[in-house]
Amino acid sequence: MQQIISLLQSSIWFGTVILYGAMGEILTEKGGNLNLGVPGIMSLGAIGGLIGSFFYETRVEEPSAAICLLVTLLCALGLSLFGGLIYSFLTITLRANQNVTGLTLTIFGCGIANFYGSSLNTLAGGVGQISLPVTSAAFRAVLPGLKNTPILNTLGWLVYLSIAIAVILWYFLSRTRTGLNLRAVGENAATADAAGINVTRYKYLAICVGCAISGLGGLYYTMDYIKGTWTSGGSLEALGWLSVALVIFARWKPIHAIWGSYLFGVLNWLYFYFADLLGLVGISVTMTRSSQEIFKMLPYVVTILVLIFVSFRRKREDQPPAGLGLPYFREER
Amino acid sequence: MSEHSPMDSREPLLRIAKRDALPFWKNWAIRLAAVVLALLVCAVVVYATVKLSPLKVYAAMWSGAFGTVRRSWVTVRDAMLLLCVGIGLAPAFKMRFWNIGAEGQILIGGIVTAACMIYWGNSMPTSLLLVVMFLVSALAGAVWGFIPAFFRARWNTNETLFTLMMNYVAIQLTSFFVSKWEHPIGSNSVGIINIDTRAGWFPTLFGQQYALNVIIVLCLTLFVFFYLRSSKHGYEIAVVGESERTAQYIGLNVKTIVMRTMLLSGAICGVSGFIAVSGVSHTISTVTANGRGFTAIIVAWLAKFNAFVMVLISFLIVFLERGASEIASQFNLSEYAAKILTGIILFFIIGSEFFINYRIILRGRKEKKSSCSK
Repeated sequence: MQQIISLLQSSIWFGTVILYGAMGEILTEKGGNLNLGVPGIMSLGAIGGLIGSFFYETRVEEPSAAICLLVTLLCALGLSLFGGLIYSFLTITLRANQNVTGLTLTIFGCGIANFYGSSLNTLAGGVGQISLPVTSAAFRAVLPGLKNTPILNTLGWLVYLSIAIAVILWYFLSRTRTGLNLRAVGENAATADAAGINVTRYKYLAICVGCAISGLGGLYYTMDYIKGTWTSGGSLEALGWLSVALVIFARWKPIHAIWGSYLFGVLNWLYFYFADLLGLVGISVTMTRSSQEIFKMLPYVVTILVLIFVSFRRKREDQPPAGLGLPYFREER
Repeated sequence: MSEHSPMDSREPLLRIAKRDALPFWKNWAIRLAAVVLALLVCAVVVYATVKLSPLKVYAAMWSGAFGTVRRSWVTVRDAMLLLCVGIGLAPAFKMRFWNIGAEGQILIGGIVTAACMIYWGNSMPTSLLLVVMFLVSALAGAVWGFIPAFFRARWNTNETLFTLMMNYVAIQLTSFFVSKWEHPIGSNSVGIINIDTRAGWFPTLFGQQYALNVIIVLCLTLFVFFYLRSSKHGYEIAVVGESERTAQYIGLNVKTIVMRTMLLSGAICGVSGFIAVSGVSHTISTVTANGRGFTAIIVAWLAKFNAFVMVLISFLIVFLERGASEIASQFNLSEYAAKILTGIILFFIIGSEFFINYRIILRGRKEKKSSCSK
């Protein structure tokens, strides 16, 4: 039983990171822009929060948790918004190719995060590892009344926020006029333009808000998932790409993204608990390291299968937005 | 331009119009201006964060990339590797097939190369082994590229997302083989393969360790250049890239073209995995591709699939990387500085394309008829 609980816990932690990334990307893609810069944006959000809380928490004698939260959130949102603005300015105003701009944004964002992250680790001195106990504790605070409930007593408030955002996003996209307009822009920008929708404004807003949401995923990663520390490397980048995968898996629906993200978490951590779980039903297997690597392939293989299946069935509500990745220039109609 | 007549009182302050083709030198002047501007921004960023004189930093970069003969060769080696991937991507991209999966195709090529070196290194002469490795790596890359192409051709499965996912399957496959071939046990790496016998390593030609890398990549570059420019296949690729419907209308079999082109594209990317393993690192790990599959997309796109421009851009990017790693060691900074500078410079180059294709007209300016003709 203990194994199942800890598998579910780690899956939800893991899933929340990619859920944020995926929700931001869903909003962006519904507006017709394929932003391959999600890993970069998440890195920017992560490092923004880290820098903000580092300077506040280490400079102030007795840091207060509330200000920690505020500073960290503002810095994370600000930096990921900055990334979103670069992307939208280049792709919408300067009409650059979306994929190329997105990939560059990934290089740039991950570069900034790893560069400043390792600088912070050096600045922190000591063991060469930055640690932010107060801010991290503020982010990992358990909701009151859940102290003794298993699983729930390990979830920080950002987990609940991610679910709330997913529901709001679902309501926005499928139940409001603005959401309908945004989807129209993503399906066929020329038609939307003819109907009097301001395509440029919708795209800018969708991308910038989307990037802010994705940035929260990076923030959750540094503050909760790795508990207020930083290690330079590609782990957050890999999670960013998994968010892009999750968008496809969820077939561009925020509600599906919620359970999809936890399922990805289970698939990702299954290699760690697989032998124990089979042990529970009386089968004994030993997982070698090489077979663990094969297990870690699962989320990607499942995504590919979903992608094939969706294109195979041709069900209309499962398809990507028709204008996804296509540029829209009014003069070139 | 009827919707914005100059007499209209509601005319916006700035408006945008498509340019006619610019003369060659103006194109490049705009791009050069973008790079200069990017270097200025980089200088500001460098000064603001580390308080080093930007001139010193650029001098250090230059010495890192071309300071000694050995360093120059390393720069050439890395540029050739990046170019090889870019060359591989060009046919697919010209067809508007978004092959984001080069990273995976490189790794698959690398895995089979490493397998050949490990299992046949002692039973085959190196010259034969090199040919075998070239062929199997091309085959492996081609298969890896063909899978998404097949589904795209048959059921119109989104290739951008499919190829992206294939990367991660390939990365996990690499980890699998790394743990299988682990040497020494517990190191979590394959180590240098055949370190004593050098079986399956690129031989030293003309006294240069990396001469064979250059020869193979330049041959492939010439091949792709003429394939795209002068062959029937190249023409078909161009038509499909411009408009799939036109291609169908004039009786081209789009499905066959898509699959055939991706076989080629994947094969060349697989070969670059062969070069990376057999000609450069003599080992295999998940960082064998090291993001080249993604960087090469930018190389191919910015060069507008012109093989010779790709040489130039590959050198620019590798120069930045080598230079930044020199700064990192000289001034005790993190190597990731290179990625930031690369990102800034690429943003500027990407943005500069706008000024090549469009011009901005101020309010009240009279429209000139075809202002720029040759």
